[in-house]
Amino acid sequence: MGTKRFAVGIDLGTTHCALSFVDLEQSEGEEIVQGLVEIPQLTGPGAVEERSMLPSFLYLPHPEEIKPGDLRLPWDSDSGRIVGELARTLGANTPIRLVSSAKSWLCHPDVDRRAPILPVGVPEEVPQVSPLEASTAYLRHLRDAWNGLHPFADLADQEVTVTVPASFDPAARELTAEAARAVGIENLLLLEEPQAALYNWVNDSRGTWRKQVKVGDIILVVDVGGGTTDLSLIAVTEREGALELTRVAVGEHILLGGDNMDLALAHVVKGKLGQIGVELDRWQIQALTHGCRHAKERILTEPDLETVPVVVPSRGAKLVGGSVRTELTRAEVEGTLIQGFFPEVPASARPAGRARTALTKLGLPFAQDPAVTRHLAAFLGRQATATEALEGFVPQGEGRTFLHPTAVLFNGGVFKATVLRDRVMHIIEQWLAAEGGAGARLLGAPDLDLSVARGAAYYGYVRQVGGVRIRGGTAQSYYVGIESSMPAVPGLEPPLQALCLAPFGMEEGSDPEIAPQEFGLVVGEPVRFRFFGSSVRREDRVGTLLDEWSPEELEELEELQAELPAGSHQPGDIVPVRLQAAVTEVGTLELTAIPRKGKKRWKVEFNVRGHDDA
Amino acid sequence: MSDAKPSIFDRLTGAVAAFRRLIGRGEPTAPDREAGSEAGSEAGPEAGPQAQRPKAKRAQRKAAPPPVQTPPPTATEPQSALQLLSLLQQNGRLIDFLKEDITAYSDQEVGAAARLVHQGCRQTLEEYLAIRPVREEPEGVRVTLRAGFDAAQVRLTGHVVGEAPFTGTLIHRGWRATAVRLPQVASGHDLKVLTAAEVEL
Repeated sequence: MGTKRFAVGIDLGTTHCALSFVDLEQSEGEEIVQGLVEIPQLTGPGAVEERSMLPSFLYLPHPEEIKPGDLRLPWDSDSGRIVGELARTLGANTPIRLVSSAKSWLCHPDVDRRAPILPVGVPEEVPQVSPLEASTAYLRHLRDAWNGLHPFADLADQEVTVTVPASFDPAARELTAEAARAVGIENLLLLEEPQAALYNWVNDSRGTWRKQVKVGDIILVVDVGGGTTDLSLIAVTEREGALELTRVAVGEHILLGGDNMDLALAHVVKGKLGQIGVELDRWQIQALTHGCRHAKERILTEPDLETVPVVVPSRGAKLVGGSVRTELTRAEVEGTLIQGFFPEVPASARPAGRARTALTKLGLPFAQDPAVTRHLAAFLGRQATATEALEGFVPQGEGRTFLHPTAVLFNGGVFKATVLRDRVMHIIEQWLAAEGGAGARLLGAPDLDLSVARGAAYYGYVRQVGGVRIRGGTAQSYYVGIESSMPAVPGLEPPLQALCLAPFGMEEGSDPEIAPQEFGLVVGEPVRFRFFGSSVRREDRVGTLLDEWSPEELEELEELQAELPAGSHQPGDIVPVRLQAAVTEVGTLELTAIPRKGKKRWKVEFNVRGHDDA
Repeated sequence: MSDAKPSIFDRLTGAVAAFRRLIGRGEPTAPDREAGSEAGSEAGPEAGPQAQRPKAKRAQRKAAPPPVQTPPPTATEPQSALQLLSLLQQNGRLIDFLKEDITAYSDQEVGAAARLVHQGCRQTLEEYLAIRPVREEPEGVRVTLRAGFDAAQVRLTGHVVGEAPFTGTLIHRGWRATAVRLPQVASGHDLKVLTAAEVEL
């Protein structure tokens, strides 16, 4: 009923959401009319304020906890669910009712993402929601905020781009799309966050970006947000005489961000207080973390400051008598952040331990190594040959052990501190210098908190009217596992082969190919397949069958599940099918089972129920 | 955007609304426009945006020579005061600080708490109000006040004789709120509870 008047960008972040838009009617070429939606949200019981960001927190209050009237929003809302600033504030004191980092749970392969599991491990009477429902709740809040502002341009009718981490696997992307559809978003696009940051940079340059980069450039996007670190490599390529951007690689999902850094500082100060016999409770540590964030920001921006006092307020009304005063020194900040999170390491360094240790305990697979620079070294090392197939790129000669970036774009609130940007640049320069490479340039990016939302809105605009696009397609190649039929040998797993269903870089709307191998599906029974992804095997084509691979090459993803409903077939019949992969216009991976005979097609679903339940 | 949707918070207290009308939500020029229109918009040629405010006030004064029928003083509604106080407590622990007997504590202890109060209250002021000096000149310089200056904005002290223009030393720059952006309040929310008691279970 409405018209598509706006391209709306939604940054559905781990710790914050933001909403930006481009007015399609008033924008032309590189002169675009863009705005940011100030999102009304509860900031206290009975108080509604507009903020440029919506904290991604969901609080499930006790029915007696807050008067329902004090939870009214400018739109009809569920008083059993609080989203945003107030959710975060309440949750600081009552963590058993707080859902946080829902997005990280959305791509957690070992849990059922449709099951009410959040908050984790709470008393029975506390309600729980699924990671999918939590993400839906944030999107619903953003939708209602938008619709309140634009009564004649319902979000359902606009071109909406929702961002996802580049490291999101196909199932997590599908779930994000499902959450968006659940709140009525019809014209949906998914966009990787580092790409959104780069789109924002392109947009901000008003066309001058073409002079700032040249064919053969490799742009490294380092995005360290509140909870996650996301890495991407984007090459500057040429097509028909015009500059183009091609995303050539994305990093792993690393649960490491600015919140870890503030918490680390709080623990330094807590240890210092512990030495003089002052013990802090959970509430005080929360307050201390807050105080440390302020102190950190000052120390990182004011080079002359050696110490900043940090006061942990008393929880009760006796403020002067009950507060604890301490201080944070420059040495502590630099020692903790710079040495701890951004240590000077050689390009050959690798993070200690793998993230996947969560099988035994229900929790998020937080990065075990806090050193962002080691994760970065591992990423560049793994992608050393990522640009080999591209024209106009320096061949990766003998002496190169990692992919040499020529430009760096920072994103995420952490990099508001110039010191940290300089530090990462300095380390990259050293890596490059050690292998005789030229230096890397810093691409200037304003507004590191909001650039993803702004870039997403710009992307929606570019999709509508044309303009530079970042190509790239799928960030991985995808494989289905085939168990070889051979005599069982006690103590030996039957050997597994991997059949490539989708090659690296498969673009949306490209003609799908069908792998020739056939699978027998039992009619009326769900059949499961093991599913794998690789971010390094670029040469495999559809139908390539791998007999062996190193653990570095293939990563196991969630299972696939296909069920042929009994219709033209008898239940129990075995129907031979072939599998086909395609990338939808939305940006999700779609797998289809195609029987040898007949025209029917069946969707193959990602099994997001976790690995454990069989 | 809150202005665009009054229906939801239509029971917003009259005082808050009136306060906002007076101060102007995020629009520093709003009160002047209002004042100007009440005075018959005898604004005259303006020198620049900086001079605009005092001159508009002057016009108003000229158009309304004393004695005018000013309404008798009325009590202000307490809602927005309570709301601001609650925010200062919430973010800067101001009430805790002022209500505590600090005589027995050392300056260092008081100072530590004061930093907390300062940081939180300052942040609150920055967030919910836009506060600018009334006079942009540095304190201590000689300033000249032309006839018709706004006595509400500049107070004369000391050897107050003669006629305008008055020349004297700027002792205090003054402060004025150029915008107030207090949160919207749910109808029925009891603003008299400045900070709720907390009981941990």
